Amino acid sequence: MKFIKYLIVGILFGIVMSKSEAISWYRIQEMFRFQAFHMYGIIGVAVTVGAIGVAIIKKFKLRDVEGNPILFFPKNKSVARYLLGGIIFGLGWALSGACPGPMVVNIGYGFMSFGVVFLFSIFGTFLYGVIKEKLPH
Amino acid sequence: MLDFIMQPWPWWFSGLIISSVMFLLLFFGKSFGFSANLRTICSIGGAGKKVKFFDFDWKKQTWNLVFLVGAIIGGFITSEFLSYPDQAVAISENTIQDLEALGFAAPSSIQPAELFSIETLFTLKGFLILAFGGLLVGFGARYAGGCTSGHAISGIADLQVPSMIAVVGFFIGGLIMTFGIFPLIF
Repeated sequence: MKFIKYLIVGILFGIVMSKSEAISWYRIQEMFRFQAFHMYGIIGVAVTVGAIGVAIIKKFKLRDVEGNPILFFPKNKSVARYLLGGIIFGLGWALSGACPGPMVVNIGYGFMSFGVVFLFSIFGTFLYGVIKEKLPH
Repeated sequence: MLDFIMQPWPWWFSGLIISSVMFLLLFFGKSFGFSANLRTICSIGGAGKKVKFFDFDWKKQTWNLVFLVGAIIGGFITSEFLSYPDQAVAISENTIQDLEALGFAAPSSIQPAELFSIETLFTLKGFLILAFGGLLVGFGARYAGGCTSGHAISGIADLQVPSMIAVVGFFIGGLIMTFGIFPLIF
C-alpha cells in the first residue's frame, strides 16, 4: 500500500505526457526543427515553476512527508560525460521521438512498437554499464 | 471543462502538471528521474553478477518501477477515456512540409504509421530504426547520468550546470539526427 502514491503520480505523469502530446514523434521533430513553441513552452513552464519551487524548498528548509529534510545533491563536475552522453541521447531522442518516460507511456497508449524501443533502451543502458570504465567521464 | 480535458492540453497547463509531478515526488522524499529504471531493470535481470555498475540495492528503486507502471496506465487511460479517437497532432505547417519531403504523410494520429505501425516493425529498416533509437537513448541517458526528467526538468530547476551541459548535448544530438542523418535514411 505504501507504493500506491507512486502509482497515482505515475498515472498523472502518463496522462500529462500523452495529453500534452510530448509522447508524439511529430512534436519532437517540430521541436528539433524550431518550428513551434509547444515543447519549449511545456519544458519552460515546468522548469520555471520547478526552479521557483526548489528555491522555496531550500529557503524554508521544507521537509518531506516522513519529516526528513528535502535535499538536493550537486551532480559531479565534468563536461565530457554530460556532453557526450547528452549527444548520444539526443541522437536517439530525435530518431525514436521518445525519451524513456514517453516510451512506456506510448506502450500504454497502444503503440506496441515502443516495446521494442524500450527493450533496446534497457540493452543500451546495459552496454553502457559494460564499457563504462573505458569511456571518458 | 470536459472538452478542455478531452482536447490536447495547452503547453502552460502541461508544464504546470509536470512540475507538480516533480514536487509530489520531492515531498514523498524521492527525486524525479525516469531513466534510473533502465539500470534497475538490468539489475533485476541479474546484470549485477557480472557488471559492477548493476550491483546495487535496486529494491530502493521499487517506487520508481511503480511510477513506471503508473505511466503505462496513464497512457492507456488517456487513449481509452481522455481523448477523442484518432485526433491528429496539430504540428506546424512548416514541419508537415519538411516531413513530407522526407516521405512522411501529414499526421492522422499522434504517431506516424511510417515508423510505429506493426507492419513497419516487421520490416528490416523499421525494426533497425526502433532498435537503434532505443539503444542510443538508453546508452546516452546513463552515460549523461540522466534523461529529460532528471536533467532537463529536475536538474535545471535546481540550476545545476552539469544538467545544462547535458541538455546542450541533447540538442546537439537531436539536430545532428534531424538535419544530418534523417535526409540519409528517409
